[in-house]
Amino acid sequence: MNKTVNQKAWFFVIPVFVLVAFNAIIPLMTVVNYAFQETFGNNVFMWEGTRWFKQIMLSERFHASLGRQFLFTFIILFIQIPLGIAIALTMPKEGIGVPVCLVLMSMPLLIPWNVVGAMWNIFALPDIGFLGHSLNALGFDYNFTQQIGDAWFTTILMDVWHWTSLVVLLSYAGLRSIQPAYYQAAEIDGASRWAIFTKIELPKMKKVLTIAILLRFMDSFMIYTEPFVLTGGGPGNATAFLSIDLVKMALGQFDLGPAAAMSLIYFFIVLLVCWVFYTLMMRNEEKS
Amino acid sequence: MSLELKNVEKKVGLDTHIYKTNLKLQKNTINILLGSTLAGKTTLMQIMAGLDKPTSGEIWFNNENVTGMKVQKRNVSMVYQQFINYPNFTVYDNIASPLKITGVSSDETKQRVGKVAELLKLSEMLNKKPNELSGGQQQRTALARALVKDSDLILLDEPLANLDFKLREELREELPKLFENRDCIVVYATTEPSEALLLGGNTATLQEGKIIQYGKTLDTYNKPNSLVSAQVFSDPPMNIAKIKKSGEQCSFLQNDIQWKTKLNIKDGEYKVGIRPHNITTYKEGNNTLEIKGKVLISEISGSESLIHFTNGNLNWVSLSNGVFQKKVGDEMNLYMNTDEFVYFDQNERLVSNG
Repeated sequence: MNKTVNQKAWFFVIPVFVLVAFNAIIPLMTVVNYAFQETFGNNVFMWEGTRWFKQIMLSERFHASLGRQFLFTFIILFIQIPLGIAIALTMPKEGIGVPVCLVLMSMPLLIPWNVVGAMWNIFALPDIGFLGHSLNALGFDYNFTQQIGDAWFTTILMDVWHWTSLVVLLSYAGLRSIQPAYYQAAEIDGASRWAIFTKIELPKMKKVLTIAILLRFMDSFMIYTEPFVLTGGGPGNATAFLSIDLVKMALGQFDLGPAAAMSLIYFFIVLLVCWVFYTLMMRNEEKS
Repeated sequence: MSLELKNVEKKVGLDTHIYKTNLKLQKNTINILLGSTLAGKTTLMQIMAGLDKPTSGEIWFNNENVTGMKVQKRNVSMVYQQFINYPNFTVYDNIASPLKITGVSSDETKQRVGKVAELLKLSEMLNKKPNELSGGQQQRTALARALVKDSDLILLDEPLANLDFKLREELREELPKLFENRDCIVVYATTEPSEALLLGGNTATLQEGKIIQYGKTLDTYNKPNSLVSAQVFSDPPMNIAKIKKSGEQCSFLQNDIQWKTKLNIKDGEYKVGIRPHNITTYKEGNNTLEIKGKVLISEISGSESLIHFTNGNLNWVSLSNGVFQKKVGDEMNLYMNTDEFVYFDQNERLVSNG
């Protein structure tokens, strides 16, 4: 059979090309453009090669914010993933409790990010905020605007409050998809609750947990709005995570070149970590 | 060894899932629970295993009351319709898992797993994980897990339902052999009458939470105690027609076709059940009855022809060996084997075979 040649199909594809171009490629290429050149406005550009990349890679300021970023992300993953699984395991499996729990769990996810930041800012204020005032009344010397430890504690608590629900919902969906026959088979074998968790539930939740960890990694690694509203990166630079630092550099100091180079490095770190993690998790799945 | 259900009843809320049931199962044969989906087969099995408690009634095992005893304390294994294996374990570890928990020595475990694996043709794949196996192999692994333990009671809940046709045929033939010479009670749930006939043993027909009949599989098939039992054990469904009997003469109420019967019963009205394969396009048996039919639907499945036709305001289903292509509306002659007619009284209880 001869295939007929019909180039009209391109007309259907072009809108997508145009959209993706405007949406992703052109802005990204602008950043790439800035990353290799120096500009003084008036559309005057001078080629700088890899100068900005070298500068960023060697900059202590970048190392510090990258370190803070990794520390923050690891801490919240370390808390949110186990906590999310634990909450999902205790949620009801049938009855009126199911929709009630699901709706309550989704609430924090529905609140706009800057509102979350503002809420927690007021909530944690040492003089008038409920949390801040209570802690001080209990004898803790708590002030998140001035003490580094308190700023971290509050930021982490806020993120756990805001995002653990996502892990809970994903884990719960994973748990519900396990057929009851698995639990019965384990019961017949006389398996302990711990064995059921490690031998059935965890392996069955593997895919959904991979997604949960990936989503939480990406979101927390790129976190901006909430700590910006809560602490503004302070005290000092104590909670200036990568994106906060980046915005300071790009818009505060107007160092467009280094900022562009930094955002590209930032982008590649996220991409690399996600790729390595996903490949490792899915390594055994490929065979089947 | 025996398992006995005494007045077992299961209610969930206002729904009765199992009506009062008395059943005594024997060892060394497959006990088949035959019934459509939601007939209560799974519930009954779970009660037998101790996974579920009856609302009232007792379960006796070897003259010991085991009602409410936890499943771990009973020596039970179960195979499900879904292929249930530990996803992270190799086939070997999966089969060995029931032994590990009971603390069997590793040498003995190795030997027993090897033996069962050979029986189920799994020796080659002991190091693989379940998701690397085909559906049939996964179900063999689950079967091996059930067999390795030397259970007193083995429950198989539609184990072949999720397998494709060829694998099903293959395992169906092997299954009765697997349970031969085993000192245990085997219960097998299925929705398919043909599967029950192939497996032999004893069959209990179930409908809507009630056991209708229990006995040797062939007896249950040949002498259904009621119309319901006959319907459960007939696929495609049995043809039912009202008849009138006076003396030796019988005739359908809807038309004037007549035949003779030697049945020694009172004159009057009865219902007759005719299995589709006893209405054929060719004469079969010594006493056949010719019936004219107008074709409604004609299907060919494999080497069998299923013809739906009308006669005398009644719709009939016939099943013939061989391929007969008929068009809708065709007039044709079909033959009923009157020796195979099953007679029921007005209350749909069996009268006797013709």
